[in-house]
Amino acid sequence: MRSFATVKKTRQLNHDTFLLCLKSEKIASCAEAGQFVNLKCCDGLDAYLRRPISIHSVNRECNTFDIVFQVRGKGTSLLSRIRPGDEIDVIGPLGRGFTLDHSHRHIVVAGGGIGIFPLFQLLKDHTAAKKTAVLGFRSKDFVVLEDEFKKHSTELLIATDDGSYGIKGFVTDVLEKIIQKEKPDMVYFCGPEVMMKTGVKLLQKYNIPCEVSLEQRMGCGIGACLVCVCKTRKDNDWDYSRICADGPVFKGEDIIFD
Amino acid sequence: MKKNINLEVNIAGLSLKNPVIAASGTFGFGREYSKFFDLNLLGGISVKGLTLKPRKGNPPPRIAETPGGILNSVGLQNPGVHAFIENEIPFLRQYNTAIIANASGNTVEEYVEMTEILSDADIDAIELNLSCPNVKEGCMTFGSSSRGVLEVVNKVKKVARKPLIVKLTPNVTDIVEIAKAAEDAGADAVSLINTLLGMAIDVKTRRPILANITGGLSGPCVKPIALRMVYQVSQSVKIPVIGMGGISNGIDAVEFFLAGASAVMVGTAGFVNPMAWVETVEGIKEYMTENGIEDVKELTGGLIAD
Ligand SMILES: Cc1cc2nc3c(=O)[nH]c(=O)nc-3n(C[C@H](O)[C@H](O)[C@H](O)COP(=O)(O)OP(=O)(O)OC[C@H]3O[C@@H](n4cnc5c(N)ncnc54)[C@H](O)[C@@H]3O)c2cc1C
Ligand SMILES: Cc1cc2nc3c(=O)[nH]c(=O)nc-3n(C[C@H](O)[C@H](O)[C@H](O)COP(=O)(O)O)c2cc1C
Ligand code: FES
Repeated sequence: MRSFATVKKTRQLNHDTFLLCLKSEKIASCAEAGQFVNLKCCDGLDAYLRRPISIHSVNRECNTFDIVFQVRGKGTSLLSRIRPGDEIDVIGPLGRGFTLDHSHRHIVVAGGGIGIFPLFQLLKDHTAAKKTAVLGFRSKDFVVLEDEFKKHSTELLIATDDGSYGIKGFVTDVLEKIIQKEKPDMVYFCGPEVMMKTGVKLLQKYNIPCEVSLEQRMGCGIGACLVCVCKTRKDNDWDYSRICADGPVFKGEDIIFD
Repeated sequence: MKKNINLEVNIAGLSLKNPVIAASGTFGFGREYSKFFDLNLLGGISVKGLTLKPRKGNPPPRIAETPGGILNSVGLQNPGVHAFIENEIPFLRQYNTAIIANASGNTVEEYVEMTEILSDADIDAIELNLSCPNVKEGCMTFGSSSRGVLEVVNKVKKVARKPLIVKLTPNVTDIVEIAKAAEDAGADAVSLINTLLGMAIDVKTRRPILANITGGLSGPCVKPIALRMVYQVSQSVKIPVIGMGGISNGIDAVEFFLAGASAVMVGTAGFVNPMAWVETVEGIKEYMTENGIEDVKELTGGLIAD
């Protein structure tokens, strides 16, 4: 599960977002949409822990996979300076990815911010006739990978908080309009917690199943240390589940948002 | 001629094939890391801290990265001692490695009851956790005064039918005094250190990073403190000392042996390098080979302090 991946290509997508194409047969051969990798940003004690980053796209023929990340702090800043030919210490693929039901005819992926990245491979892998992508960004400057998402969806809708690009408003508002026109079979969410909380509630109203991909600060990344938990329903009670091992993808109805 | 290297140690009746143990709370019940390496390579595993009843633990975020280390505030999330016995021991027993049950309680009575239950279970030793900084009741409250330690360990020792290791907190004025209290009360060994109480703040939001506000510090940044405490305690008690705190490789472990430890535990380093436990064993062997040492026991207390 641990390997050294060679950086094949780097691409800066906007002022703070980067794509890395990494070669690793171990990971590319078995990675599923929604899984993530846990990677070391540098040697030594700086940015000590590994950073969890979703698998954005897998190229099984070339044994490569792509990750896309936004620079937030020390670790991602170091990652953004990595060059082709460098090696990265990666553990993965990790976690439970999205469930794909190929009997579904219409699916919607709804993502916000850094949450859009894991939805890409899901669109690529799903065989539904109709695949709608609703992607939310803060403003025009943050919009990335529009052409790529267009290529793998039948309909792409972009929403920005300030209306500087696409539709003005929230992803969940756009989603409700889609549902009112035609009820999809399944919706997949990944993004800020408030978006997913509103989204899950919305879908319950319309009785549509959904999955959500969650995020939390991690330690081991493999299920041993119990630091990365979220509240999940259990019988008539609740429990803490590990996002790294029981998730990051959960059924929408199983999550208790605070 | 290549010399044979002996890594075996015996700690108060607990025999270990090598002196490297996975530290409690960092290794779950072994299942996850068994996908990375053969658990037979470990001297022992101290399992996730157990309590009488299942415990949910603290709200997330439960971890913050700090320079050269981490803060955690898990708060002893665990399935309870009965579920451990039923579901986890059979898994661990497939391996030839010592099982150490790390036990916590809210009250003295709970510590006693846990010890009774664990004495009947198929484990090799009990590590009494008198040192978790992340729970409100019990634990560190007992572990931070000699009186508390005396009281718990005395009562527990009466019912213990397994080697009893007492795990000490560094969050005290004088750890030597606490270690002596554990020895006086009948502890077979002491292990130290548990995490150091600390905190981290996000200045953008003006909020603490951990939902619990404070957490326990571990990893390379605590090693000098841990080493000092292991040294001081080893100088003052006759029972074996198990050292931990920031150990990441064989050389770190050798430092702890020289300071007086008979065995070591490795925790946080494994999050970054999942092979840290195995590499620590290998590193100890390498050091011994290079320095012509045949028995790891020779290293314990081998510090030269003129
Ligand atoms: C399952 C999962 C998938 C993710 N996928 C992506 C992705 O595809 N693209 C992307 O840009 N980001 C993704 N993230 C978020 C990414 O992990 C953080 O942005 C990153 O760890 C920040 O590290 P830093 O050193 O730059 O920031 P710092 O703030 O310096 O990090 C300090 C510590 O906090 C942790 N941390 C900070 N923010 C987050 C966060 N939002 N989630 C988890 N840990 C955090 C870091 O890992 C590190 O341990 C994902 C997170 C998770 C849990
Ligand atoms: C996430 C985490 C959980 C822990 N849980 C426990 C526990 O349940 N019981 C216990 O005695 N110590 C627990 N500890 C403390 C470790 O066993 C060890 O004493 C400490 O982390 C110092 O060693 P290290 O620097 O090698 O990690 C925990 C530490 C971490 C990082
Ligand atoms: S990060 Fe350790 S259990 Fe999830």
